[in-house]
Amino acid sequence: MDSAYQKEKKVKKRRLSEKKKDMVSAYLYIAPFFVIFAVIGLYPAVFSFYLAFQSWNGLGDMSFVGLNNFRIVLEDPLFWKSLYNTIIIGLMGTAPQIVIGIILAILLNAAFLRFRSFFRVTIFMPYITSMVAVALIFSVLFSDHESSLANYVLGLFGMDPVSWGSSEWGTKIAISIMVFWRWVGYNTIIYLAGIQSIPKDVYEAATIDGASKFQQAIHITLPLLKPFIILTVFFSTVGALQLFSEPTVFLGASAFTRDEAMTVVMYLYRDAFRLQSFGTASATAIILLVIIVIFASINTYLTSGIGKKKRRE
Amino acid sequence: MHKPTKKRKLSAGTLVAYLFLSLASILSLFPFYWMFVMATQTSSAYNSIPPTITPGNMMVENFQKVLSQIDFFGALWTSFVLCSVVTLVVLFISSLAGFAFAKFNFPAKNVLFVTILLTMIIPPQLGLIPQYFLIANAGLLDTLPGVMILFFLNPLGIFLMRQYVNDSVPDELIEAAKLDGCSNFRIYRSIVLPIILPAFATLGIIVFTAVWGEFLWQFTVLRDPENYTIQVALASLSNTFNVDFGMILSGVFWATVPLIIIFLLFNRLFISSITEGSVK
Repeated sequence: MDSAYQKEKKVKKRRLSEKKKDMVSAYLYIAPFFVIFAVIGLYPAVFSFYLAFQSWNGLGDMSFVGLNNFRIVLEDPLFWKSLYNTIIIGLMGTAPQIVIGIILAILLNAAFLRFRSFFRVTIFMPYITSMVAVALIFSVLFSDHESSLANYVLGLFGMDPVSWGSSEWGTKIAISIMVFWRWVGYNTIIYLAGIQSIPKDVYEAATIDGASKFQQAIHITLPLLKPFIILTVFFSTVGALQLFSEPTVFLGASAFTRDEAMTVVMYLYRDAFRLQSFGTASATAIILLVIIVIFASINTYLTSGIGKKKRRE
Repeated sequence: MHKPTKKRKLSAGTLVAYLFLSLASILSLFPFYWMFVMATQTSSAYNSIPPTITPGNMMVENFQKVLSQIDFFGALWTSFVLCSVVTLVVLFISSLAGFAFAKFNFPAKNVLFVTILLTMIIPPQLGLIPQYFLIANAGLLDTLPGVMILFFLNPLGIFLMRQYVNDSVPDELIEAAKLDGCSNFRIYRSIVLPIILPAFATLGIIVFTAVWGEFLWQFTVLRDPENYTIQVALASLSNTFNVDFGMILSGVFWATVPLIIIFLLFNRLFISSITEGSVK
Protein backbone atom coordinates (compact mmCIF):
# COMPACT_ATOMS: atom_id res chain seq x y z
CA MET A 1 0.00 0.00 0.00
CA ASP A 2 2.59 2.43 1.19
CA SER A 3 5.00 1.83 -1.64
CA ALA A 4 2.16 1.97 -4.16
CA TYR A 5 1.15 5.35 -2.81
CA GLN A 6 4.70 6.61 -2.99
CA LYS A 7 5.03 5.30 -6.49
CA GLU A 8 1.93 7.17 -7.54
CA LYS A 9 3.32 10.31 -5.96
CA LYS A 10 6.55 9.86 -7.84
CA VAL A 11 4.72 9.41 -11.11
CA LYS A 12 2.71 12.53 -10.42
CA LYS A 13 5.87 14.43 -9.65
CA ARG A 14 7.49 13.17 -12.81
CA ARG A 15 4.46 14.19 -14.81
CA LEU A 16 4.59 17.66 -13.31
CA SER A 17 8.22 18.15 -14.11
CA GLU A 18 7.58 16.67 -17.53
CA LYS A 19 4.89 19.24 -18.09
CA LYS A 20 7.32 21.96 -17.16
CA LYS A 21 9.91 20.46 -19.46
CA ASP A 22 7.39 20.35 -22.30
CA MET A 23 6.53 23.97 -21.70
CA VAL A 24 10.16 25.01 -21.84
CA SER A 25 10.68 22.93 -24.99
CA ALA A 26 7.64 24.44 -26.67
CA TYR A 27 8.70 28.01 -25.96
CA LEU A 28 12.18 27.18 -27.16
CA TYR A 29 10.82 25.71 -30.39
CA ILE A 30 8.65 28.69 -31.25
CA ALA A 31 11.24 31.24 -30.09
CA PRO A 32 13.21 31.46 -33.37
CA PHE A 33 10.19 32.76 -35.25
CA PHE A 34 9.40 35.40 -32.66
CA VAL A 35 13.01 36.54 -32.35
CA ILE A 36 13.32 36.92 -36.11
CA PHE A 37 9.91 38.56 -36.32
CA ALA A 38 10.80 41.06 -33.60
CA VAL A 39 14.00 42.09 -35.37
CA ILE A 40 13.08 42.15 -39.05
CA GLY A 41 9.28 42.23 -38.95
CA LEU A 42 7.88 44.13 -36.01
CA TYR A 43 10.68 46.62 -35.40
CA PRO A 44 10.82 47.81 -39.03
CA ALA A 45 7.03 48.06 -39.24
CA VAL A 46 6.87 50.17 -36.09
CA PHE A 47 9.89 52.21 -37.14
CA SER A 48 8.13 53.02 -40.42
CA PHE A 49 5.39 54.74 -38.44
CA TYR A 50 8.06 56.74 -36.60
CA LEU A 51 9.93 57.63 -39.79
CA ALA A 52 6.73 58.80 -41.45
CA PHE A 53 6.73 61.79 -39.11
CA GLN A 54 10.40 62.64 -39.64
CA SER A 55 12.33 64.38 -42.35
CA TRP A 56 15.39 62.29 -43.15
CA ASN A 57 17.79 61.88 -46.05
CA GLY A 58 19.28 58.66 -44.69
CA LEU A 59 22.53 60.21 -43.49
CA GLY A 60 22.05 63.28 -41.30
CA ASP A 61 19.82 63.80 -38.29
CA MET A 62 16.11 63.23 -38.40
CA SER A 63 13.81 66.09 -37.63
CA PHE A 64 10.20 65.81 -36.55
CA VAL A 65 7.88 67.32 -39.13
CA GLY A 66 4.47 66.22 -37.89
CA LEU A 67 2.06 65.34 -40.65
CA ASN A 68 4.05 67.21 -43.25
CA ASN A 69 5.24 64.05 -45.05
CA PHE A 70 1.67 62.90 -45.47
CA ARG A 71 0.70 66.32 -46.81
CA ILE A 72 3.58 66.29 -49.28
CA VAL A 73 2.61 62.84 -50.57
CA LEU A 74 -1.11 63.50 -50.71
CA GLU A 75 -0.57 66.81 -52.51
CA ASP A 76 1.79 65.22 -55.04
CA PRO A 77 -0.02 64.63 -58.35
CA LEU A 78 2.47 61.86 -59.09
CA PHE A 79 1.28 59.92 -56.04
CA TRP A 80 -2.31 60.08 -57.26
CA LYS A 81 -1.18 59.16 -60.75
CA SER A 82 0.64 56.14 -59.35
CA LEU A 83 -2.41 55.13 -57.31
CA TYR A 84 -4.61 55.50 -60.39
CA ASN A 85 -2.16 53.41 -62.44
CA THR A 86 -2.03 50.73 -59.75
CA ILE A 87 -5.81 50.45 -59.57
CA ILE A 88 -6.31 50.40 -63.36
CA ILE A 89 -3.58 47.80 -63.93
CA GLY A 90 -4.84 45.82 -60.93
CA LEU A 91 -8.40 45.78 -62.28
CA MET A 92 -7.43 44.91 -65.85
CA GLY A 93 -4.84 42.36 -64.75
CA THR A 94 -6.76 40.48 -62.07
CA ALA A 95 -10.53 40.79 -62.62
CA PRO A 96 -10.53 38.80 -65.90
CA GLN A 97 -8.47 36.11 -64.14
CA ILE A 98 -11.37 35.27 -61.89
CA VAL A 99 -13.86 34.77 -64.72
CA ILE A 100 -11.46 32.93 -67.04
CA GLY A 101 -10.00 30.97 -64.12
CA ILE A 102 -13.42 29.66 -63.08
CA ILE A 103 -14.32 28.69 -66.66
CA LEU A 104 -10.97 26.91 -67.10
CA ALA A 105 -11.38 25.09 -63.78
CA ILE A 106 -14.91 23.90 -64.65
CA LEU A 107 -13.66 22.66 -68.03
CA LEU A 108 -10.62 20.98 -66.47
CA ASN A 109 -12.94 19.16 -64.11
CA ALA A 110 -15.37 18.02 -66.82
CA ALA A 111 -15.88 14.25 -66.82
CA PHE A 112 -15.43 13.89 -70.58
CA LEU A 113 -12.07 15.64 -70.69
CA ARG A 114 -9.03 13.83 -72.03
CA PHE A 115 -5.43 15.03 -71.82
CA ARG A 116 -6.46 16.55 -68.50
CA SER A 117 -2.94 16.59 -67.03
CA PHE A 118 -1.54 18.11 -70.20
CA PHE A 119 -3.99 21.02 -70.10
CA ARG A 120 -3.51 21.47 -66.37
CA VAL A 121 0.28 21.55 -66.60
CA THR A 122 0.42 23.93 -69.58
CA ILE A 123 -2.11 26.36 -68.13
CA PHE A 124 -0.22 26.40 -64.83
CA MET A 125 3.23 26.71 -66.39
CA PRO A 126 3.43 30.53 -66.68
CA TYR A 127 3.29 30.70 -62.90
CA ILE A 128 6.70 29.04 -62.51
CA THR A 129 8.46 31.78 -64.49
CA SER A 130 9.73 34.58 -62.29
CA MET A 131 8.16 38.02 -62.51
CA VAL A 132 11.41 39.40 -63.89
CA ALA A 133 11.47 36.75 -66.65
CA VAL A 134 7.84 37.41 -67.53
CA ALA A 135 8.41 41.16 -67.66
CA LEU A 136 11.45 40.74 -69.94
CA ILE A 137 9.66 38.34 -72.29
CA PHE A 138 6.71 40.71 -72.53
CA SER A 139 8.94 43.74 -72.94
CA VAL A 140 10.07 42.15 -76.20
CA LEU A 141 6.63 40.86 -77.22
CA PHE A 142 5.19 44.31 -76.53
CA SER A 143 8.02 46.58 -77.62
CA ASP A 144 7.51 49.99 -79.18
CA HIS A 145 8.85 48.75 -82.51
CA GLU A 146 6.42 48.60 -85.36
CA SER A 147 7.65 45.06 -85.92
CA SER A 148 6.97 43.79 -82.40
CA LEU A 149 4.71 40.79 -82.33
CA ALA A 150 1.95 42.67 -80.50
CA ASN A 151 1.98 45.45 -83.08
CA TYR A 152 2.09 42.94 -85.92
CA VAL A 153 -1.02 41.22 -84.56
CA LEU A 154 -2.73 44.61 -84.24
CA GLY A 155 -1.75 45.29 -87.84
CA LEU A 156 -3.47 42.09 -88.94
CA PHE A 157 -6.68 43.59 -87.58
CA GLY A 158 -5.99 46.85 -89.36
CA MET A 159 -5.01 48.74 -86.20
CA ASP A 160 -2.16 51.21 -85.79
CA PRO A 161 0.95 50.18 -83.86
CA VAL A 162 0.97 51.10 -80.16
CA SER A 163 3.90 52.43 -78.12
CA TRP A 164 3.66 49.72 -75.48
CA GLY A 165 6.63 51.00 -73.51
CA SER A 166 5.77 54.69 -73.42
CA SER A 167 2.07 55.44 -73.93
CA GLU A 168 -0.60 55.94 -71.30
CA TRP A 169 -2.72 52.92 -72.19
CA GLY A 170 -0.12 50.85 -74.03
CA THR A 171 1.99 50.35 -70.92
CA LYS A 172 -1.03 49.60 -68.73
CA ILE A 173 -2.49 47.08 -71.16
CA ALA A 174 0.84 45.31 -71.71
CA ILE A 175 1.51 45.07 -67.96
CA SER A 176 -2.05 43.90 -67.27
CA ILE A 177 -1.71 41.19 -69.90
CA MET A 178 1.51 39.92 -68.37
CA VAL A 179 0.00 39.89 -64.87
CA PHE A 180 -2.99 38.02 -66.27
CA TRP A 181 -0.78 35.57 -68.15
CA ARG A 182 1.35 34.69 -65.13
CA TRP A 183 -1.45 34.33 -62.57
CA VAL A 184 -4.51 32.94 -64.32
CA GLY A 185 -3.23 29.36 -64.10
CA TYR A 186 -2.54 29.78 -60.40
CA ASN A 187 -6.12 30.86 -59.75
CA THR A 188 -7.41 28.09 -61.99
CA ILE A 189 -5.63 25.50 -59.83
CA ILE A 190 -7.18 26.94 -56.68
CA TYR A 191 -10.67 26.91 -58.24
CA LEU A 192 -10.09 23.39 -59.50
CA ALA A 193 -9.24 22.24 -55.98
CA GLY A 194 -12.39 23.99 -54.81
CA ILE A 195 -14.57 22.30 -57.41
CA GLN A 196 -13.09 18.91 -56.57
CA SER A 197 -14.03 19.43 -52.93
CA ILE A 198 -17.73 19.68 -53.89
CA PRO A 199 -19.44 16.31 -53.26
CA LYS A 200 -20.33 14.46 -56.46
CA ASP A 201 -23.84 13.52 -55.31
CA VAL A 202 -24.92 17.19 -55.38
CA TYR A 203 -24.37 17.14 -59.15
CA GLU A 204 -25.97 13.72 -59.51
CA ALA A 205 -29.10 14.95 -57.73
CA ALA A 206 -29.20 18.01 -59.98
CA THR A 207 -28.81 15.89 -63.09
CA ILE A 208 -31.69 13.69 -61.98
CA ASP A 209 -33.76 16.84 -61.47
CA GLY A 210 -32.99 17.75 -65.07
CA ALA A 211 -30.54 20.62 -64.55
CA SER A 212 -28.27 21.29 -67.53
CA LYS A 213 -24.49 21.46 -67.15
CA PHE A 214 -24.68 25.23 -67.46
CA GLN A 215 -27.37 25.50 -64.78
CA GLN A 216 -25.27 23.26 -62.54
CA ALA A 217 -22.27 25.52 -63.01
CA ILE A 218 -24.29 28.63 -62.11
CA HIS A 219 -26.36 27.23 -59.24
CA ILE A 220 -24.07 24.62 -57.69
CA THR A 221 -20.45 25.23 -58.62
CA LEU A 222 -20.40 29.02 -58.28
CA PRO A 223 -22.06 29.28 -54.83
CA LEU A 224 -20.02 26.39 -53.40
CA LEU A 225 -16.87 27.88 -54.88
CA LYS A 226 -17.47 31.15 -53.08
CA PRO A 227 -14.90 30.70 -50.29
CA PHE A 228 -12.25 30.01 -52.92
CA ILE A 229 -13.31 33.03 -54.97
CA ILE A 230 -13.14 35.23 -51.87
CA LEU A 231 -9.66 33.87 -51.17
CA THR A 232 -8.37 34.64 -54.67
CA VAL A 233 -10.04 38.07 -54.73
CA PHE A 234 -8.31 38.87 -51.45
CA PHE A 235 -4.90 37.67 -52.70
CA SER A 236 -5.32 39.40 -56.06
CA THR A 237 -6.33 42.70 -54.46
CA VAL A 238 -3.43 42.72 -52.02
CA GLY A 239 -0.99 41.54 -54.70
CA ALA A 240 -2.18 44.05 -57.31
CA LEU A 241 -1.77 46.99 -54.93
CA GLN A 242 1.83 45.88 -54.27
CA LEU A 243 2.75 45.66 -57.95
CA PHE A 244 6.42 46.56 -58.44
CA SER A 245 8.59 44.06 -60.29
CA GLU A 246 6.58 43.76 -63.51
CA PRO A 247 6.38 47.48 -64.41
CA THR A 248 9.89 48.18 -63.14
CA VAL A 249 11.50 45.50 -65.27
CA PHE A 250 9.14 45.98 -68.21
CA LEU A 251 10.03 49.67 -68.49
CA GLY A 252 13.75 49.04 -67.86
CA ALA A 253 15.85 52.17 -67.91
CA SER A 254 12.84 54.51 -67.98
CA ALA A 255 11.07 52.84 -65.05
CA PHE A 256 11.47 55.65 -62.54
CA THR A 257 11.44 58.58 -64.95
CA ARG A 258 8.13 57.97 -66.72
CA ASP A 259 4.73 58.07 -65.06
CA GLU A 260 2.47 56.02 -67.38
CA ALA A 261 2.93 52.82 -65.42
CA MET A 262 4.41 54.01 -62.13
CA THR A 263 2.75 52.11 -59.28
CA VAL A 264 2.49 53.13 -55.64
CA VAL A 265 5.34 50.83 -54.57
CA MET A 266 7.48 52.22 -57.40
CA TYR A 267 6.63 55.73 -56.18
CA LEU A 268 7.69 54.67 -52.68
CA TYR A 269 10.90 53.08 -53.96
CA ARG A 270 11.75 56.16 -56.03
CA ASP A 271 11.21 58.48 -53.07
CA ALA A 272 13.42 56.35 -50.83
CA PHE A 273 16.22 54.99 -52.96
CA ARG A 274 16.42 57.52 -55.80
CA LEU A 275 15.52 60.76 -54.04
CA GLN A 276 16.73 59.86 -50.52
CA SER A 277 13.52 61.17 -49.03
CA PHE A 278 12.90 58.45 -46.49
CA GLY A 279 10.30 60.33 -44.48
CA THR A 280 7.87 60.77 -47.34
CA ALA A 281 8.59 57.23 -48.54
CA SER A 282 7.60 55.91 -45.10
CA ALA A 283 4.48 58.05 -45.17
CA THR A 284 3.66 56.48 -48.54
CA ALA A 285 4.16 53.02 -47.00
CA ILE A 286 1.63 53.86 -44.28
CA ILE A 287 -0.83 55.30 -46.79
CA LEU A 288 -0.45 52.18 -48.92
CA LEU A 289 -1.14 49.99 -45.89
CA VAL A 290 -4.39 51.89 -45.29
CA ILE A 291 -5.32 51.60 -48.99
CA ILE A 292 -4.62 47.85 -48.96
CA VAL A 293 -6.77 47.32 -45.88
CA ILE A 294 -9.63 49.37 -47.35
CA PHE A 295 -9.57 47.75 -50.79
CA ALA A 296 -9.11 44.22 -49.45
CA SER A 297 -12.06 44.72 -47.08
CA ILE A 298 -14.31 46.21 -49.77
CA ASN A 299 -13.49 43.55 -52.35
CA THR A 300 -13.85 40.69 -49.88
CA TYR A 301 -17.14 42.15 -48.68
CA LEU A 302 -18.44 42.60 -52.23
CA THR A 303 -17.43 39.06 -53.20
CA SER A 304 -19.16 37.53 -50.20
CA GLY A 305 -22.19 39.71 -50.96
CA ILE A 306 -22.75 38.25 -54.42
CA GLY A 307 -23.67 34.83 -53.09
CA LYS A 308 -25.94 36.23 -50.39
CA LYS A 309 -28.05 38.09 -52.92
CA LYS A 310 -28.36 34.94 -54.95
CA ARG A 311 -29.52 32.98 -51.96
CA ARG A 312 -32.26 35.51 -51.25
CA GLU A 313 -33.65 35.25 -54.76
CA MET B 1 -8.62 12.60 -61.18
CA HIS B 2 -11.42 10.64 -62.72
CA LYS B 3 -10.79 8.99 -66.02
CA PRO B 4 -13.76 9.05 -68.37
CA THR B 5 -15.71 5.86 -67.83
CA LYS B 6 -17.51 5.79 -71.13
CA LYS B 7 -16.84 7.39 -74.46
CA ARG B 8 -19.26 10.04 -75.49
CA LYS B 9 -20.01 11.44 -78.86
CA LEU B 10 -18.39 14.75 -79.66
CA SER B 11 -21.09 17.31 -79.00
CA ALA B 12 -20.88 21.02 -79.79
CA GLY B 13 -20.32 21.69 -76.10
CA THR B 14 -17.34 19.38 -75.81
CA LEU B 15 -15.88 20.80 -78.99
CA VAL B 16 -16.08 24.34 -77.60
CA ALA B 17 -14.54 23.11 -74.34
CA TYR B 18 -11.60 21.54 -76.17
CA LEU B 19 -11.14 24.62 -78.33
CA PHE B 20 -11.15 26.90 -75.31
CA LEU B 21 -8.68 24.74 -73.37
CA SER B 22 -6.43 24.36 -76.41
CA LEU B 23 -6.40 28.10 -76.95
CA ALA B 24 -5.55 28.62 -73.28
CA SER B 25 -2.72 26.09 -73.54
CA ILE B 26 -1.33 27.68 -76.68
CA LEU B 27 -1.43 31.17 -75.17
CA SER B 28 0.25 29.81 -72.04
CA LEU B 29 3.01 28.09 -73.96
CA PHE B 30 3.60 30.56 -76.77
CA PRO B 31 5.71 33.09 -74.82
CA PHE B 32 8.01 30.22 -73.80
CA TYR B 33 8.41 29.12 -77.40
CA TRP B 34 8.84 32.65 -78.61
CA MET B 35 11.49 33.31 -75.97
CA PHE B 36 13.41 30.37 -77.42
CA VAL B 37 12.98 31.74 -80.96
CA MET B 38 14.28 35.17 -80.00
CA ALA B 39 17.16 33.65 -78.02
CA THR B 40 18.38 32.01 -81.22
CA GLN B 41 17.83 34.91 -83.62
CA THR B 42 19.91 37.91 -84.62
CA SER B 43 18.73 41.31 -83.45
CA SER B 44 17.93 42.23 -87.02
CA ALA B 45 15.48 39.34 -87.23
CA TYR B 46 13.45 41.29 -84.76
CA ASN B 47 12.84 44.06 -87.28
CA SER B 48 11.45 41.80 -89.97
CA ILE B 49 7.79 41.97 -90.91
CA PRO B 50 6.09 39.56 -90.56
CA PRO B 51 7.90 38.64 -87.32
CA THR B 52 10.17 35.61 -87.31
CA ILE B 53 8.57 32.72 -85.49
CA THR B 54 11.10 30.00 -86.23
CA PRO B 55 14.38 29.47 -84.37
CA GLY B 56 17.60 30.79 -85.87
CA ASN B 57 21.22 29.77 -85.39
CA MET B 58 22.45 32.46 -82.99
CA MET B 59 21.90 30.47 -79.83
CA VAL B 60 25.57 30.37 -78.85
CA GLU B 61 26.38 33.92 -79.94
CA ASN B 62 23.47 35.43 -78.02
CA PHE B 63 24.41 33.55 -74.90
CA GLN B 64 28.02 34.68 -75.24
CA LYS B 65 26.72 38.25 -75.29
CA VAL B 66 24.83 37.52 -72.09
CA LEU B 67 28.02 36.19 -70.52
CA SER B 68 29.86 39.36 -71.47
CA GLN B 69 27.14 41.50 -69.86
CA ILE B 70 26.50 39.67 -66.60
CA ASP B 71 28.08 36.93 -64.51
CA PHE B 72 25.30 34.54 -65.51
CA PHE B 73 26.48 31.36 -63.82
CA GLY B 74 27.71 33.26 -60.77
CA ALA B 75 24.27 34.87 -60.39
CA LEU B 76 22.54 31.53 -60.92
CA TRP B 77 24.74 29.99 -58.23
CA THR B 78 24.10 32.93 -55.86
CA SER B 79 20.35 32.47 -56.29
CA PHE B 80 20.69 28.74 -55.74
CA VAL B 81 22.67 29.20 -52.52
CA LEU B 82 20.26 31.89 -51.32
CA CYS B 83 17.18 29.75 -51.93
CA SER B 84 18.72 26.56 -50.53
CA VAL B 85 19.83 28.15 -47.27
CA VAL B 86 16.53 29.99 -46.82
CA THR B 87 14.54 26.84 -47.55
CA LEU B 88 16.51 24.72 -45.07
CA VAL B 89 16.28 27.35 -42.34
CA VAL B 90 12.55 27.91 -42.90
CA LEU B 91 11.87 24.16 -42.91
CA PHE B 92 13.72 23.80 -39.62
CA ILE B 93 12.13 26.79 -37.88
CA SER B 94 8.65 25.97 -39.18
CA SER B 95 8.67 22.27 -38.37
CA LEU B 96 10.01 22.86 -34.88
CA ALA B 97 7.41 25.52 -34.16
CA GLY B 98 4.69 23.51 -35.90
CA PHE B 99 5.57 20.53 -33.70
CA ALA B 100 5.33 22.71 -30.60
CA PHE B 101 1.95 24.13 -31.58
CA ALA B 102 0.56 20.74 -32.57
CA LYS B 103 1.73 18.55 -29.70
CA PHE B 104 2.45 20.69 -26.65
CA ASN B 105 0.31 22.61 -24.23
CA PHE B 106 1.66 25.84 -22.90
CA PRO B 107 0.27 29.14 -21.64
CA ALA B 108 -0.75 31.68 -24.32
CA LYS B 109 -0.48 29.02 -27.02
CA ASN B 110 -3.51 30.17 -28.98
CA VAL B 111 -2.69 33.84 -28.65
CA LEU B 112 0.82 33.20 -29.95
CA PHE B 113 -0.47 31.13 -32.85
CA VAL B 114 -2.98 33.77 -33.88
CA THR B 115 -0.19 36.36 -33.62
CA ILE B 116 1.84 34.35 -36.11
CA LEU B 117 -1.10 34.23 -38.50
CA LEU B 118 -1.64 37.96 -38.11
CA THR B 119 1.96 38.70 -39.10
CA MET B 120 1.04 37.35 -42.53
CA ILE B 121 -1.06 40.39 -43.32
CA ILE B 122 1.78 42.90 -42.89
CA PRO B 123 2.58 43.98 -46.44
CA PRO B 124 6.29 43.44 -47.19
CA GLN B 125 7.00 47.00 -48.31
CA LEU B 126 5.71 48.53 -45.05
CA GLY B 127 9.00 47.79 -43.31
CA LEU B 128 11.19 48.03 -46.41
CA ILE B 129 13.01 51.23 -45.48
CA PRO B 130 13.83 50.35 -41.84
CA GLN B 131 14.79 46.84 -42.99
CA TYR B 132 17.18 48.37 -45.48
CA PHE B 133 18.83 50.49 -42.79
CA LEU B 134 18.87 47.57 -40.37
CA ILE B 135 20.82 45.55 -42.92
CA ALA B 136 23.01 48.55 -43.75
CA ASN B 137 23.86 49.22 -40.10
CA ALA B 138 24.72 45.57 -39.58
CA GLY B 139 27.17 45.88 -42.47
CA LEU B 140 25.18 43.34 -44.47
CA LEU B 141 24.28 45.59 -47.40
CA ASP B 142 25.22 44.02 -50.70
CA THR B 143 25.78 40.61 -49.08
CA LEU B 144 23.90 37.35 -49.36
CA PRO B 145 23.18 37.04 -45.59
CA GLY B 146 21.62 40.50 -45.80
CA VAL B 147 19.24 39.23 -48.47
CA MET B 148 18.59 35.95 -46.69
CA ILE B 149 17.59 37.13 -43.28
CA LEU B 150 14.34 38.72 -44.45
CA PHE B 151 13.12 35.46 -45.96
CA PHE B 152 13.63 33.51 -42.74
CA LEU B 153 10.36 35.01 -41.59
CA ASN B 154 7.71 32.61 -42.85
CA PRO B 155 4.46 32.40 -40.88
CA LEU B 156 2.78 30.28 -43.57
CA GLY B 157 5.39 27.57 -42.95
CA ILE B 158 4.49 27.28 -39.26
CA PHE B 159 0.81 27.17 -40.16
CA LEU B 160 1.28 24.34 -42.68
CA MET B 161 3.63 22.38 -40.44
CA ARG B 162 1.33 22.57 -37.43
CA GLN B 163 -1.49 21.28 -39.60
CA TYR B 164 0.62 18.45 -40.95
CA VAL B 165 2.05 17.35 -37.60
CA ASN B 166 -1.47 17.46 -36.16
CA ASP B 167 -2.86 15.27 -38.92
CA SER B 168 -0.08 12.76 -39.35
CA VAL B 169 1.84 12.27 -36.10
CA PRO B 170 -0.20 10.14 -33.63
CA ASP B 171 -0.14 11.26 -30.00
CA GLU B 172 0.41 7.66 -28.89
CA LEU B 173 3.72 7.53 -30.71
CA ILE B 174 4.97 10.58 -28.87
CA GLU B 175 3.67 9.27 -25.52
CA ALA B 176 5.44 5.95 -26.11
CA ALA B 177 8.70 7.70 -26.95
CA LYS B 178 8.39 9.78 -23.80
CA LEU B 179 7.92 6.65 -21.69
CA ASP B 180 11.11 5.34 -23.24
CA GLY B 181 12.84 8.44 -21.98
CA CYS B 182 13.24 10.27 -25.26
CA SER B 183 13.97 13.98 -24.96
CA ASN B 184 11.62 16.31 -26.81
CA PHE B 185 14.21 17.24 -29.37
CA ARG B 186 14.98 13.56 -29.92
CA ILE B 187 11.27 12.99 -30.53
CA TYR B 188 11.30 15.81 -33.07
CA ARG B 189 14.34 14.42 -34.83
CA SER B 190 13.62 10.70 -34.80
CA ILE B 191 9.82 10.56 -34.91
CA VAL B 192 8.30 13.79 -36.17
CA LEU B 193 10.85 14.63 -38.89
CA PRO B 194 10.61 11.31 -40.79
CA ILE B 195 6.80 11.47 -40.75
CA ILE B 196 6.55 15.04 -42.02
CA LEU B 197 9.12 14.72 -44.81
CA PRO B 198 6.42 14.78 -47.52
CA ALA B 199 5.22 18.11 -46.16
CA PHE B 200 8.82 19.33 -46.41
CA ALA B 201 8.61 18.80 -50.16
CA THR B 202 5.49 20.95 -50.37
CA LEU B 203 6.74 23.75 -48.12
CA GLY B 204 10.21 23.50 -49.66
CA ILE B 205 8.82 24.15 -53.12
CA ILE B 206 6.70 27.07 -51.89
CA VAL B 207 9.67 28.71 -50.16
CA PHE B 208 12.28 27.96 -52.82
CA THR B 209 10.21 29.26 -55.72
CA ALA B 210 9.03 32.32 -53.78
CA VAL B 211 12.58 33.35 -52.90
CA TRP B 212 13.86 32.46 -56.38
CA GLY B 213 11.41 34.83 -58.02
CA GLU B 214 11.37 37.60 -55.42
CA PHE B 215 12.70 40.87 -56.80
CA LEU B 216 12.02 44.00 -54.71
CA TRP B 217 14.20 43.08 -51.73
CA GLN B 218 17.04 41.55 -53.76
CA PHE B 219 16.98 44.61 -56.03
CA THR B 220 17.12 46.90 -52.99
CA VAL B 221 19.94 45.17 -51.09
CA LEU B 222 22.23 44.06 -53.93
CA ARG B 223 24.13 46.84 -55.68
CA ASP B 224 27.40 45.38 -56.90
CA PRO B 225 26.94 43.26 -60.08
CA GLU B 226 29.33 40.75 -58.52
CA ASN B 227 26.75 39.93 -55.87
CA TYR B 228 23.67 39.87 -58.09
CA THR B 229 21.16 37.07 -57.88
CA ILE B 230 19.80 35.82 -61.17
CA GLN B 231 16.67 38.02 -61.00
CA VAL B 232 18.63 41.20 -60.42
CA ALA B 233 21.18 40.21 -63.06
CA LEU B 234 18.46 39.51 -65.63
CA ALA B 235 16.72 42.77 -64.85
CA SER B 236 20.01 44.61 -65.40
CA LEU B 237 20.13 43.26 -68.96
CA SER B 238 17.36 45.58 -70.05
CA ASN B 239 18.45 48.50 -67.95
CA THR B 240 20.03 50.33 -70.85
CA PHE B 241 18.38 52.36 -73.57
CA ASN B 242 20.07 50.41 -76.33
CA VAL B 243 18.61 46.96 -75.77
CA ASP B 244 19.49 43.78 -77.60
CA PHE B 245 16.39 41.62 -77.52
CA GLY B 246 18.11 38.43 -78.63
CA MET B 247 20.64 38.79 -75.84
CA ILE B 248 18.02 39.59 -73.18
CA LEU B 249 15.80 36.65 -74.06
CA SER B 250 18.79 34.36 -74.30
CA GLY B 251 19.56 35.18 -70.66
CA VAL B 252 15.93 34.70 -69.65
CA PHE B 253 15.71 31.47 -71.63
CA TRP B 254 18.75 29.83 -70.04
CA ALA B 255 17.67 30.97 -66.59
CA THR B 256 14.20 29.52 -67.15
CA VAL B 257 15.14 26.17 -68.71
CA PRO B 258 16.26 24.55 -65.42
CA LEU B 259 13.01 25.69 -63.82
CA ILE B 260 10.91 24.24 -66.62
CA ILE B 261 12.70 20.90 -66.39
CA ILE B 262 12.27 20.73 -62.62
CA PHE B 263 8.63 21.74 -62.99
CA LEU B 264 7.87 19.13 -65.63
CA LEU B 265 9.50 16.43 -63.48
CA PHE B 266 7.66 17.40 -60.31
CA ASN B 267 4.58 19.16 -61.66
CA ARG B 268 2.19 17.30 -59.38
CA LEU B 269 4.15 18.44 -56.36
CA PHE B 270 4.23 22.03 -57.65
CA ILE B 271 0.50 22.09 -58.28
CA SER B 272 -0.40 20.48 -54.97
CA SER B 273 1.88 22.94 -53.17
CA ILE B 274 -0.34 25.76 -54.45
CA THR B 275 -3.56 24.19 -53.28
CA GLU B 276 -2.11 23.20 -49.92
CA GLY B 277 -0.55 26.58 -49.42
CA SER B 278 -3.72 28.52 -50.06
CA VAL B 279 -6.75 26.32 -49.66
CA LYS B 280 -6.19 25.20 -46.07
